[in-house]
Amino acid sequence: MFDFSVVTKWVDDLLNGILSPTWATFIEFVLIGVCILTAYAVIALALIYIERKVCAFFQCRLGPNRVGPFGLLQSVADMFKMLIKEIIDIKHNDKFLFNLAPYVVIAASVLAFGCIPFGKGLHILDFNIGIFFLIAVSSIGVVGILLAGWSSNNKYSLIGAMRSGAQMISYELSIGLSILTIVIFAGSMQLSTIVESQANGWFLFRGHIPALIAFLVYLVAGTAETNRGPFDLPEADSELTAGYHTEYSGMHFGFFYLAEYLNLFIVAAVASTLFLGGWMPLHIPGWDGFNQIMDYIPSPLWFLGKTAVMIFIMMWFKWTFPRLRIDQLLRLEWKYLLPINLINLVLMVIIVVFKIHF
Amino acid sequence: MKYEDFKDNEALEQLRASGTNIIMGSLDKLIDWGRSNSLWPLTFATSCCGIEYMAVGAARYDFSRFGFEVTRASPRQSDFIMVAGTIVHKMAPVLKRLYDQMAEPKYVIAMGACAISGGPFKDSYHVVNGVDTIIPVDVYMPGCPPRPEALLYALMQLQRKVKVEKFFGGVNRKEKKPEITQVID
Amino acid sequence: MIALKEKITSLVPAAAFDEAAIPTVTVAASEYKQLAQQLRNDADLQFNYLLCMTGMDFGDSLGVVILLESTTHLHQIYVKTVTADRENPYIPSVSDIWDTARINEREVFDFFGIRFTGHPDMRRLFLRNDWVGYPLRKDYDAGEALNPVPTENEDIRDTTLTYEALPDGAIAARERTVFESEEYVVNVGPQHPATHGVLHFRVSLEGETVKKVDVNCGYIHRGIEKLCEKLTYPQTLGYTDRLDYLGSHQNRHALCMCIEEALGLEIPDRVKYIRTIMDELQRLSSHLLFWSCLCMDLGALTAFFYGFRDREKVLNMMEETTGGRLIQNYNVIGGVSADIHPNLVSRIKEFLTYLPPMLKEYRDVFTGNVIAQQRMKGIGVLDTATAISYGVTGPSGRASGWACDTRKRKPYAAYDKVEFKEAVRTEGDSFARYLVRIDEIEQSLHILEQLVDNIPEGDYAVKTKPVIKLPEGCFFKSVEASRGEFGVYIESRGDKNPYRMKFRSPCLPLVDVVDMLSRDGKIADLIAIGGTLDYVVPDIDR
Repeated sequence: MFDFSVVTKWVDDLLNGILSPTWATFIEFVLIGVCILTAYAVIALALIYIERKVCAFFQCRLGPNRVGPFGLLQSVADMFKMLIKEIIDIKHNDKFLFNLAPYVVIAASVLAFGCIPFGKGLHILDFNIGIFFLIAVSSIGVVGILLAGWSSNNKYSLIGAMRSGAQMISYELSIGLSILTIVIFAGSMQLSTIVESQANGWFLFRGHIPALIAFLVYLVAGTAETNRGPFDLPEADSELTAGYHTEYSGMHFGFFYLAEYLNLFIVAAVASTLFLGGWMPLHIPGWDGFNQIMDYIPSPLWFLGKTAVMIFIMMWFKWTFPRLRIDQLLRLEWKYLLPINLINLVLMVIIVVFKIHF
Repeated sequence: MKYEDFKDNEALEQLRASGTNIIMGSLDKLIDWGRSNSLWPLTFATSCCGIEYMAVGAARYDFSRFGFEVTRASPRQSDFIMVAGTIVHKMAPVLKRLYDQMAEPKYVIAMGACAISGGPFKDSYHVVNGVDTIIPVDVYMPGCPPRPEALLYALMQLQRKVKVEKFFGGVNRKEKKPEITQVID
Repeated sequence: MIALKEKITSLVPAAAFDEAAIPTVTVAASEYKQLAQQLRNDADLQFNYLLCMTGMDFGDSLGVVILLESTTHLHQIYVKTVTADRENPYIPSVSDIWDTARINEREVFDFFGIRFTGHPDMRRLFLRNDWVGYPLRKDYDAGEALNPVPTENEDIRDTTLTYEALPDGAIAARERTVFESEEYVVNVGPQHPATHGVLHFRVSLEGETVKKVDVNCGYIHRGIEKLCEKLTYPQTLGYTDRLDYLGSHQNRHALCMCIEEALGLEIPDRVKYIRTIMDELQRLSSHLLFWSCLCMDLGALTAFFYGFRDREKVLNMMEETTGGRLIQNYNVIGGVSADIHPNLVSRIKEFLTYLPPMLKEYRDVFTGNVIAQQRMKGIGVLDTATAISYGVTGPSGRASGWACDTRKRKPYAAYDKVEFKEAVRTEGDSFARYLVRIDEIEQSLHILEQLVDNIPEGDYAVKTKPVIKLPEGCFFKSVEASRGEFGVYIESRGDKNPYRMKFRSPCLPLVDVVDMLSRDGKIADLIAIGGTLDYVVPDIDR
C-alpha cells in the first residue's frame, strides 16, 4: 500500500533544502491551503451533480444531461452563474453580521474538512485530540446559521435559524456520544490511530452490537446535523420558503449551498473513518491472499468509496422520507436517541473492560 | 435539440454579431454559458398554468435535463420568474416586489394568454392586461394553458437570449440603482 | 312541498312563498334573521346547510339570496331578502346561524357593499381596502380610471368594523382588532410554496405555535361572475374550466346541466355516460395531483413525481378525446363537443389494471410511513356538525363523517346507474381527509370499470337553437367536483345572457376552516392542514 507521506516528505525536504525554514513552512501552508480549497470546491460541485442525478433516478427522471457529457458540467455552470450573481444589499439588516455569517459557515466546514484522513499519509491535521477538534470546529457552523437568521431581519429566517439552533445543538449530543463510543473502543482520539487500529477488521464488525447501534445513531444524527431531509426543517421549502438563508443571494447563498454539501461529505467521511476503517482496505484475518489483493487498491479510493456509499445512503434518506415536525424532531433526540446512546456507551465500556470483542 | 437547429429568430443573431474584444468576448462566452445553463426558476404560480409548470418539473417532461430544476422559493436566489397565470390588480404590486427582490441578472417569462394580455379575462375590472405593463418580459409563451413542450421551448428561447448577453462589454442588463430621495427610518 | 309552505307561512306570515322545483321565500330584511333562525332550528325543517349565498343587484334594490338545504330531510329552499337603500344598505347577518355565512357575507359586502349587522368582521374579502366602488353592482363603471392598477403594496389593516343594529333602528359601527400590535404576525403568502397558489395567510405565532390565522383572498380574483353577465350562455362555459382547473370538466358539467335543465333539454344517454366517464377521469387526475402535492408539502419529494407520473396517463386519455390537457372545453350545452376517441375505451381498460399496483406503491411510500402518519393523525380535527355549518363538502366533509356526496344525494348524469361506495370516515383529522381521497381513487376506478363497456350508442350532442335564451327565473344545479359540491346559480330575466351568475365554490369554505383547524398547532401542521384540505385558489377567488 502506497504511503502518501513519501510525497509530502519529499516536498517538505525540497522546500527546506532551498529555503529558510520559515519560508518553507509558509509556502507549505499556502500549498496546503490551495489544495484544500480546490478539493473543497471540486468535492462540493461533484456532490451537487451527484445529488441531482441520484434524486432524478429515484424519481423516474433523467436529471441534468445537456451541459457537458451526461450533464457533468451542470454544477460548474451553476458556479459560474452564482459567482457573478448580484449580492443584494438589504435595508434594515445588521450589515456586518449579515455579511459575516456565510463565511463563518464556510470556515467551519473547511476546518472540519481539514481533519479528515483521505488516505495513508494523506491528511492535513492529525494530532492526539483530532476527533475532539473535529467536533468542536464543526459546531461553529451553527453560529453562522444563527447569525444569518438573526441579521436578515426576516421572520422566516429567524424561525429557520431558531429551528436550526435547537436541532443542531440537540443532535450534536448524539453525534458526540456515538463518536465517544468508538473513541472508548479505539482508546484514542487521534484519527490516524483510529484508522490504523482497524487494520484487522473495521470497528463496525469488531465492536459488536454497541458499535452497530452507535453507527445507526450516528447516521440519523449526522443527517440531522447536516440539515438534510427528513430533518431539513431549518430550510423547509414548503414552510419557511428558504429558512435561514431566505435573504441571501449570489455567492453568499452559494457559500451556504456549498457548505451544506460539504457537511454531508464530512459527516459521511467521519462515519467511514470511525466505523468503516477510513482508508483501510477490507482485511479478513487469516485470508492473506485476499488481504494482499485488497491492498493493491490505493487507499484514497477506499476512503472515497466508503464515503460515497455513506453519502448515497444519506441521499436515500432524503429522497424517501417526509419531513419531521419540530416537536417530533426534538422528541426523537431527547427521548430516544440520547438514552439509547447513554446505555450504549455503558455497554461499550463493559465490552472494552472485559475484552469481549473480536 | 442543438442550438444550430434554431433558425427562427434572426434578431438574436444580429445582437451577437456586433463584435467585442477577444478576451472580453471569451469571458463573456464563459459567463453566458454558465448563466444560460443554470437558470433557476422562482416557485411562483397564480393559476392554471402553474399546474402545467409543475408537470414540466415532473417525470415526463423533466426540465432538470437542462438544469432548471433547482426551483427556489426565495426570490433572492432565483434567476427567472415564470409568470404562470393571471395577474390581477391586487397581485400586481406583489409581483413587482417579487421582481425587485430578485438579484441581477433576472429574467421574466410570461406564460399563457393571461400573463401576455389578460387572455380570456381581458375585460374584467380586476385583471391586469398583460404582465409587461408591470415588469419587463423576456419571453412570451402563448397558450391557454401552454403545453409543457411549449414551456420547454420558451425556456430554450430564454437560454438563447441569455447567450447573446454581454457582461463585460456592450449591452448589460444591470438596472441603475434608484436614487434615494427620501430616507425612511 | 305543501307542508313546507304551510310551515313557513305559519312561522312568518309576511313571507311571500313561490313554488317551483326549489321553492323561494321572500322576506323583508327585518324578518330575515328570525326566519333564518326558525328554518335552522325547527325540527321539521332543519335547514342546517347553507349551500350558496348570492348577493344580488335587482336594479332598484340590493339583496341576498341564500340557498338552504337540510342534511336530514334533503329539501332545499331559497330565502330572498332585499333592501331598497342603495347608499347604505344593511341586512342582518346570519353568520351566527351558519358559520359559512361569515365568509360569504364578506364576499357579498365586497361585491355589493351590503353591510351585515351583527357580522363580526366586515372587511373586504377579495378586493383591496382602497378599492373604489362595488364591482358587481349593475351601475359599477369598470373603467381603469376609477380603479387603476395599483403600484404600491396594500396597506393591510389590523382592525375591522362590525355593525350593530340598535333597538331604535339606528346602526352603530364598532372597531374590532384582528391582530394586536404585539403579536408576531408572519405573512404566509401570497407567494409561498405551500399555499397552492396565491393565497395570503397572516399567521400570528408564538414560537412555533400558531395562534390565529387570518385569510386574505383575492390575489387571483378575476371577476368571472361579472364577466359572465355580459356574455351569452355558450360563451360563459369557457370560464368554468378556469375556476377550479383541476375539476374543469366537472365545473362545466354543472353549468351545462343547469342551462339544459332550465331549457328543458333532453340529454341522450350516450352524453350522460361520456360526461360521467370524463368526470371520473378528472377526479382521478385531481386526486393524484392532491397526493403529489401533499407529499411535497410534507417534504416527501419523490412521491410528488410518482403521482405526476400516473397523472400524465390520465391526461393522455383525456387529451385524445378532448384535445386539452388541463382545460378541456369539452362539455357544451346539449352534449359534448366531439365524440369520444376510438382508443378511449381500450386505454381506460389498460389504466384500470395499471393504477391499482401504483396505489399499493403509494401506500408503501407514503401512507404507511410513520413520519407521514404522525404528521397527519389527530391534526386539524373537524367534527361533523362544524363541517356542515361551515359547508365543508367533498372529501374533506366526508372525512368528518358527513355523507355529502352529491353523486349519491342528488344523482345526475349516469351516477344512478352505477354502484359505488361513498368514502366516509369519522375521524375528521388530516389523515382521514387523506385516506378518503385515496379511497375515492379506488371508487373512481370502480365506476369507470362499470361504465366503460356500456356506453350506449347515440348522438354525442343534441341540436340547440343558435341563440340560447333561458326562461325567467332562478336555477341552481350542483355536481360533485373533485373538492366538493360545485354549484351554479343562474338568475335569468329571459335574455340571451344571464342577469346574475354565481358559482358556489367548494374551496371557499375550505380556506374558511383553516383558522379554526390550525389554532394551537405548529407551523408544520398548518401546512399539513392546508395540504389535506386541498383547496384551489382560483376557485376561491373566481
